[in-house]
Amino acid sequence: MTDTPLSLAEADSTLFARLRRWWSGETATPVKRVQFDRPLTPWMFLLPQLAVVAIFFYWPSVQAVTSSFYLEDPFGFGATFVGLDNYTEALTSRGYMSTAAFTAFFCVVVTALSLGLGLLLAVKADKVIRGAETYKTLLISVYAIAPPVAGLIGMMFFDMHMGPFTQIAAWFGHDLRVGIDYWDTATALIVISVWKQIPYNFIFFLSGLQSVPVSVREAALIDAKSGWRRFCDITLPLLAPTAFFLLVINITYTMFDTFPIIDVIVKDKPANNPMTLVYKVYLDGFKGNDIGGSSAQSVILMVVVALLTVLQFRFLERRVHYG
Amino acid sequence: MQKIKPLDHLILILGALFLCVPVVMALMSSTHAAIDIHSNGLYITPGSHGAETYTKVLTSRGGFTGDVTGLLMLTNSMIMGLGFAVGKIVLSMMAAYALVYFRFRFATLIFWAIFATLLLPLEVRIMPSYQVMSELHLLNTYTGLIVPLLASATGTFFFRQFFRSVPDELLEAARIDGAGPVKFFIDVLVPLSRTMMSAIFIIMFIYGWNQYLWPLLMTTDESFFTLMRGIKSILQVWVGSQIPDYNEAFALAVLAMVPPVAVVVIFQRMFIKGLTESDK
Amino acid sequence: MAHLSLTNVGKTYGGSAQPAVADVNIEIRDGEFIVLVGPSGCGKSTLLRMVAGLETITEGEIRIGERLVNKLDPAERDIAMVFQNYALYPHMSVRDNMAYGLKNRGERKAVIEERVAEAARMLELRPYLDRKPRALSGGQRQRVAMGRAIVRQPSAFLFDEPLSNLDAKLRVSMRMEIRKLQKRLGTTSLYVTHDQLEAMTLADRLVVLNGGRVEQIGAPLEVYRAPASTFVASFIGAPAMSLLDAHVENGQVMLEGHALAPVAHAAGPVTLGLRAEDLRLTSGGVPMRVDHVEELGAQRIVHGTVGDQALAIIDTSEALLPETVHLGVAPSRVHLFDARTGRRIETATQPVAVPAE
Ligand SMILES: Nc1ncnc2c1ncn2[C@@H]1O[C@H](COP(=O)(O)OP(=O)(O)OP(=O)(O)O)[C@@H](O)[C@H]1O
Ligand SMILES: [Mg+2]
Repeated sequence: MTDTPLSLAEADSTLFARLRRWWSGETATPVKRVQFDRPLTPWMFLLPQLAVVAIFFYWPSVQAVTSSFYLEDPFGFGATFVGLDNYTEALTSRGYMSTAAFTAFFCVVVTALSLGLGLLLAVKADKVIRGAETYKTLLISVYAIAPPVAGLIGMMFFDMHMGPFTQIAAWFGHDLRVGIDYWDTATALIVISVWKQIPYNFIFFLSGLQSVPVSVREAALIDAKSGWRRFCDITLPLLAPTAFFLLVINITYTMFDTFPIIDVIVKDKPANNPMTLVYKVYLDGFKGNDIGGSSAQSVILMVVVALLTVLQFRFLERRVHYG
Repeated sequence: MQKIKPLDHLILILGALFLCVPVVMALMSSTHAAIDIHSNGLYITPGSHGAETYTKVLTSRGGFTGDVTGLLMLTNSMIMGLGFAVGKIVLSMMAAYALVYFRFRFATLIFWAIFATLLLPLEVRIMPSYQVMSELHLLNTYTGLIVPLLASATGTFFFRQFFRSVPDELLEAARIDGAGPVKFFIDVLVPLSRTMMSAIFIIMFIYGWNQYLWPLLMTTDESFFTLMRGIKSILQVWVGSQIPDYNEAFALAVLAMVPPVAVVVIFQRMFIKGLTESDK
Repeated sequence: MAHLSLTNVGKTYGGSAQPAVADVNIEIRDGEFIVLVGPSGCGKSTLLRMVAGLETITEGEIRIGERLVNKLDPAERDIAMVFQNYALYPHMSVRDNMAYGLKNRGERKAVIEERVAEAARMLELRPYLDRKPRALSGGQRQRVAMGRAIVRQPSAFLFDEPLSNLDAKLRVSMRMEIRKLQKRLGTTSLYVTHDQLEAMTLADRLVVLNGGRVEQIGAPLEVYRAPASTFVASFIGAPAMSLLDAHVENGQVMLEGHALAPVAHAAGPVTLGLRAEDLRLTSGGVPMRVDHVEELGAQRIVHGTVGDQALAIIDTSEALLPETVHLGVAPSRVHLFDARTGRRIETATQPVAVPAE
């Protein structure tokens, strides 16, 4: 850092140098010391991915942005340009705001619970030796279950006629009416989403814990007598990068990957049921035929998600390493 | 050594129960008659109607979803899972190879163009994606089911990281041995990536198999239904029926979860490696 | 087999202002073993990799045989390279590792098999031909890397610190093996190392590099006896030559006010170079305070100071040393360097010995 401002010529030359580098494909630190220098071959290798990305990513993304400025005729007779109307309408409508509020609440609760439980189980599984593999297999196996299947199973458990949870609630004098009562549905959504996500967090926390070198653990064992102290002072700080990374992943999960769970539980019936923003995009677009409004909501979500992913990318870039 | 307290085991057992009991109950209940489930609730013990229920779900047309058998949906899910995994590996390995091993114009631009796809999941652009698919006449095709999902760069990112960790000298030795770009890729890099490919394959297979939203939009023709799409149908029939076919719904759920769960349990090591190093 | 010629070769990496290698001129005769030696970062690898075709040549010309190879691909240059980390293909067996280059050249199967068998015999690798590199020891991997180079029957071998991943003992024995093999095959070789002992024992001729420039080219003894600069002097030979500030007065080198030896040089300040093995303990002469002694068994290295300048002597006696010793040196073993530039000053009393080839 210097205090003297860059002279114009200097600034210019660095800018120019950067542009030139960018143009010729050099990066400041080349990925490989030696690279192939062929004009056409790289494009041959890139073509399939580029084609797919262009057609199935950029084209629809651009369309989302453009149609968010139009009001589409529901019968398909053209569209009128309405500027930011779709956005203002989305952002000022009560329905959208309450959905946004629920999404935020849902994110916080699901993330906190699934991270907390995942961490608890990982710490315990890391500690026990006998039966560790069995626990691990049992806990991990649920990861592979698809969200809609989780939703289906969860739905049965909250079934109004024979669901075990409904029965348990009844013992406590509560009439659990998932799909009809707002908070009952929310509870079911949270339980199922957390259930589905615990294994993921468990796997990451466990591999994070197991990468703590034995020598560090032994040093900790000598330095700190109480297990709780050791956990707070040594284990937790070492897990912090994993935890940050998982935090972002879990937020993304609750925002997007819970879609099937919500769809299975709510079954296209928004009436007085909680839902997430993504589900609202789907409902307004496909069921409500409000393409402009749905697109505007998409674009708003894109911005939120892009921010989240930039965060995630940073952690990812730092975390990944190969032995 | 640390002491192991019974409390640790208790917590683990409770956790395992919380996660696994629903799955076991789904499995067990699928072997009971719908009427029994309706009156007695879910079962944790096996029943005697299993063979019957599964035969019906797998082979009988219109059991509950109109014109499609469970077997067909199973096949479609398999095509979806395998097609997605293979496509993902092929596309992303090739792209990552170009990005890591070549010096070419616009490399940085292309890098960002590809990795920007990590920013936006499919869910935020489903509406326009649907429109694009219908313009391309790809609704109700396997291409439409699989190819658009390949647009995300997760695999490319992963292989890029892996290729970067391959020692530089290997390429140099290969160049001295007279291997051009294609030969080096096929003779050296692909065999070298075998473990990584398997790990990615497992993750991607599960990811493809478990797709829900996209098949829901892409398929109206029942002969392209996957098991996940079948779940949606079963729920639509559900509404308004006296005694829903709980047993069949559970059987469908079991069919839908057995292959990926089996893959995870059998290839646990590789799966964890793939997961923790690639992140979905 | 061929001679190799480097003419005004230079290399500036993109984005850096300083050249990594500059103005290198070397003529390498057919069958000669040349060792590039120098400290870390002096450009040895860069130079070697330019010959291999792994780095572009930004300045000058490189010829292998009569062919100008500046623009040729590595595979077209008819060279073979042995890397520090061996760079064996981990998924191929030892046999396939050696055969791969030949296969790519479209060599006939019979020829490939014969050459691989011959190399395996020479390197005693026959029992391991079907193993993967992972299942070999470091020394064996090293030999496979050698084998991969040999089967190509190239015009030149290029080695980039091929022994530095081995333990000390293995390094010595592999060093001799490499030399024997090269003698037998008679293949022109360019070998990079930063280990001066390895350089001395292997080379027909040494090329000492410093900061990307050639400091000296010559046979090991020639470089040892007449280092061209203080840099070479301190780099070649162990323990390193002691370099001291001195004066020439009345045809005598004066060290801290004591006359050491007669020289034929004009009066003025010089840098004096003295090798520990050339110094003798004498009854008179320059007094040195003994600081500490390294016992090596057959000999001992006596470290001390003259005035406040450090100095080392090799002593073969076992007598108890007094606190102050006196030292002397044969006039022919006195090295003088320009005090400012560090270049060697040739004096009449120093016959430059050129060993017979
Ligand atoms: N790809 C590169 N880009 C920019 N500078 C480089 C590159 N490779 C090497 N250099 C620089 O060139 C100089 C010479 O490097 P080189 O690798 O040839 O050293 P070396 O003599 O082989 O050292 P060592 O004994 O450590 O291997 C160093 O200063 C190094 O930083
Ligand atoms: Mg080097």
